[in-house]
Amino acid sequence: MDNILTDPIWLGMFGVYAVLGTAAASILLLKNRLKDKDFSELVARTKTWGYIILMATVVLALGTKAAIIAIGFISFLALKEYFTLVPTRKVDRRVLLWAYLCVPIQYYWVFIGWYGLFIIFIPVYALLFIAFRLILAGETSGYIKSVGTMHWGLMLTVFNLSHLAFLLVMPTTVELPAGGAGLLFYVLFLTQFNDVAQYFWGKLFGKHQVTEISPGKSWEGLIGGICTTTVLAIILAPFYTPFTWPYAMAAGALIASVGFIGDVTISAVKRDLGTKDSGSLLPGHGGVLDRLDSLTLAAPLFLHFTRYFFGG
Amino acid sequence: MLGRALQILFFCLIVKPVLLIILGVRVKGHENLPEDGPAILIANHNSHLDTLVLMNMYSLRNLRKLRPVAAADYFMKTPLRAWLSTNVINIIPIARKGKRTSDPLEPIYDALDNDQIVIFYPEGSRGEPEKIADFKRGISILAEKYPDVSVAPILTFGLGKALPKGDPVIVPFFVDVIVDKPCKFKDCKTDDFSEFLEQKLKTLKNGQYFADYIEENPLVDA
Repeated sequence: MDNILTDPIWLGMFGVYAVLGTAAASILLLKNRLKDKDFSELVARTKTWGYIILMATVVLALGTKAAIIAIGFISFLALKEYFTLVPTRKVDRRVLLWAYLCVPIQYYWVFIGWYGLFIIFIPVYALLFIAFRLILAGETSGYIKSVGTMHWGLMLTVFNLSHLAFLLVMPTTVELPAGGAGLLFYVLFLTQFNDVAQYFWGKLFGKHQVTEISPGKSWEGLIGGICTTTVLAIILAPFYTPFTWPYAMAAGALIASVGFIGDVTISAVKRDLGTKDSGSLLPGHGGVLDRLDSLTLAAPLFLHFTRYFFGG
Repeated sequence: MLGRALQILFFCLIVKPVLLIILGVRVKGHENLPEDGPAILIANHNSHLDTLVLMNMYSLRNLRKLRPVAAADYFMKTPLRAWLSTNVINIIPIARKGKRTSDPLEPIYDALDNDQIVIFYPEGSRGEPEKIADFKRGISILAEKYPDVSVAPILTFGLGKALPKGDPVIVPFFVDVIVDKPCKFKDCKTDDFSEFLEQKLKTLKNGQYFADYIEENPLVDA
């Protein structure tokens, strides 16, 4: 068991707890002052955040292996939520079971640090296997939709999210100030911070809609969020990453803008199906996918950005 | 005593881990669940898991109050299956067919008279995955005899996808359960109670998004 809660991460977690505590205190104050307003959603949301952060602390304290298993389990939950959400065919049932099997296999490559298979297993082998297994199922009506739906789900929830776990074991040419866990903390913190920042900028100045898909998202919120996240990325970089300020600036802008795209992608899925939330596992947030939406696309981009410049 | 101990073990070691980790059950309206008997829970029936999911909404201490009504021709087929069904799950076996010398619902009356909570599937048997079939007359007869007993309509969705009839392999899906407010026969002005309950379940289902199966070969039908 290796404790990957190094000093910078301890401090970071402490900061996160401080932010959450402040948020909880201000909500309680507001709740007492504005008695006629309904705060239950906000309270539930903050409470759930508390549990998430508590669990993250425990997992980090248990070490790299525990963290890989935990992220793998989150992938499984996200995939299950996706398969519950999207319509499938009766003949797809057994094939879905094989798709689930990709979760432990993909995280095993992370476990042993085999980058080569980690990066091609789902795009090459899972694609091939699912396409063939669905042919063996013998139903051609709806084949394209099924093969596409299943593989896209695997890409988003297993392949992309497993990049978060690979950050923990990725070799680098330079020494990392807080290890692989520092990179993980950096990308997690910035994407989640960016969600909140875009929300606040949007609430304060939002006027011009970005897309029909998410009427609540404005250009003002998006740009304000990108700027704030980029500034924070530059400030935090020396403690968690090998980035000098130009790299940190690029990483911050990348995380913020791609985070937005991930967010609206999951919104588009929900809109297509006619549902508001992807699930109800996280009170106040919705489902697992509602919480992870911005990470699904930002995680692989962040890893490949870091790996291109500093990968060993 | 042995049956009760085995029931608690079965729920702790198998049912709870499967429902919590492999599936994931999302319950709405848990507060509508009748806590004490006599009461009747009615639900759509698509999977063997239905009964376990409904029972698992109760605490371990209350498990023994629950009596799922089950078909004798299936659950009493072999001596081992019969012993497990009656002692561990605590079913009320009912003869679906054959010569009727007495009222086949008699054992259910006994259970209700003993303040137990009866789980009843008005469709009669597990139907097509995620479809609600026509309700049979049984629930009307039962409710007319016990007009004071609370009947809680419960909709489950996803269990027919996770473990359908005729396929022994469980595939993980999140499962939804919606418990509606209980109603008593004497309070609802209807001649056809089973039709009334069937409409209740259908209303619950239409109230929100569920990923139904894609119909196969839609072009062939058109």
